[in-house]
Amino acid sequence: MKKMTIDADGLYYRELNQRIREAVASGTRDFELKNVRGQRYIAGALDGKLTFLIHGTPGQDLGSFMRGPSLRVEGNAQDGVGNTMDDGAIRINGMAGDVIGYAMRGGSVYVKGDVGYRVGIHMKAYKDKFPVIVAGGKAGDFLGEYMAGGAIILLGMFSDKPEAPIAGRTLGAGMHGGAVYIRGGIDARQLGPGLHAEPADETDMKLIKMHAQAFANEFTLDAATILSQPFVRVKPFSHRPYGNMYVPT
Amino acid sequence: MKAPQRYFDFEKDISGCGVFGVINRKKKLIPGSMPIAAMCTMHDRGNGLGGGFAAYGIYPHHAEKYAFHIMADDQAGLDAAETILKDHFKIHESQPIPTRKVLAVKNPPVVWRYFVTAGGFRRPRWREMSEEDYVVAVVMFINKHTGAFVFSSGKNMGAFKGVGFPEDIADFFRLDEYNAYIWTGHNRFPTNTPGWWGGAHPFTILDWSIVHNGEISSYGINMRYLCEHDYECTLMTDTEVVAYLLDMLVRKHGLTRREASWVFAPPFWDEIDRMSEAQKRAFTALRMVYGSALLNGPFAILVADSTSLMGLNDRIKLRPLVVAEAGDMVFMASEESSIREVRRDLDRVFAPKAGEPVIVEVEA
Repeated sequence: MKKMTIDADGLYYRELNQRIREAVASGTRDFELKNVRGQRYIAGALDGKLTFLIHGTPGQDLGSFMRGPSLRVEGNAQDGVGNTMDDGAIRINGMAGDVIGYAMRGGSVYVKGDVGYRVGIHMKAYKDKFPVIVAGGKAGDFLGEYMAGGAIILLGMFSDKPEAPIAGRTLGAGMHGGAVYIRGGIDARQLGPGLHAEPADETDMKLIKMHAQAFANEFTLDAATILSQPFVRVKPFSHRPYGNMYVPT
Repeated sequence: MKAPQRYFDFEKDISGCGVFGVINRKKKLIPGSMPIAAMCTMHDRGNGLGGGFAAYGIYPHHAEKYAFHIMADDQAGLDAAETILKDHFKIHESQPIPTRKVLAVKNPPVVWRYFVTAGGFRRPRWREMSEEDYVVAVVMFINKHTGAFVFSSGKNMGAFKGVGFPEDIADFFRLDEYNAYIWTGHNRFPTNTPGWWGGAHPFTILDWSIVHNGEISSYGINMRYLCEHDYECTLMTDTEVVAYLLDMLVRKHGLTRREASWVFAPPFWDEIDRMSEAQKRAFTALRMVYGSALLNGPFAILVADSTSLMGLNDRIKLRPLVVAEAGDMVFMASEESSIREVRRDLDRVFAPKAGEPVIVEVEA
């Protein structure tokens, strides 16, 4: 089990990613990246059981297309975290930007704090592939827009924005699969057209409890506090909500 | 776009513009090296077809004079602009803007600066105007009728811009030699309009400067609306309208910056429906009176003038913007990493809500 530490200070993203890929090819499994500031595509498209401990602010598309690696960021992440990721775990001990988990199809992304706009847009699930995003803070507009599968769990607890509603406008607009779970509840006008929030059932709570526990372990929090409030669920309003949209039957 | 032959070899240039701004509330001067380093971190947000900076507080010895930065393809263009300036202003000092020869900056235009006052005299056709309106009119006249462009016309501030990556443009204009209490920077990835010297950001008029990531889809409406108010768009880039709209809304019509941002990114009608009667009337009026000044399309803009720095997103946040505070300094940028590059210890980092401006003013 070889370990590699890279000081990314002033290192161009292509050089950084090339060094990582070369090291992976020669058997390195664990990486610690220091002074990361803006380098894009870190761990992008990597395959297998790798771990990355990242200090700093990684750039766009962190962990995009990856299948398996575990990433932990000590700091904030920017936009496009987990873009189309297939499997693995991304843990951000801070906040994250827009379009987190875009078209994500497996694995999980935990963000301790606030997340931006369009988080979980186009997420999808298939057979054993079931992507999950947990955001400890609040979310911007269009959370889970066009969502087709998987789960988003929004806690609203570790936020920088005390005045803001837990999620922005048009949550789940156009969703036709998967579910968004919201701790405490949500104002109906924040939801996309035709959607409503209902209490999470036992099956939902099993999933929520499992991830609340893992989330608490990851960021040294108390799972019982997270679970001390009821959760509501937002799901598509029918099996094929948009089946008649373009070609009426 | 048609798929290129051998599409599997095709390297797509994936970018979006990048913006950075910093203000010191106590007006302490910040060296040019800071915005340059911040923009370098966002190098890949542009493609070398436009870079630029605006700096406030750089001409303290001429603080009461309008600093005109003018560029022209050749000496004849510059001469034409200079003749107009001499005709309309008292020129106190003029000089080439100091530049370096930079390998990456090819065929630069002639760049010159003039420190002028409007004095008591006016050309007859503009006699009725206030001093600021007069300056605006002269800028429009030069831009429209000569081969030269005024790329900055404020007091104790200046814009520097051109075709190249921002770090190249900074090198060209020797920006490492300037100190300012507000800086904005821009890295351009032109989408709908040509990448040329006049079309680089910032866009300016009087003290206003603006850098923008996104595209103003309402450009046609905004441009025609401005035309009715004697602002002529000549720089072939959508962002130009924002500079003139701000000048009109804030300086001429007396709106606050907060109100101007409600014009640019108004609340949705369903939000207006939920407001109190008085607010409903006010916001409906604002949308009706200034419907043609609404900015449609994605944007993250940084607006500066001599007293403030403002960041604003379109109301559905189609472009990134992050704000950070550290003591008397406030930073605004497309990417947090660019702020961390120049300041590691930040008191607070947050992404503003879509359509809600962050306005930071210098202390009086």
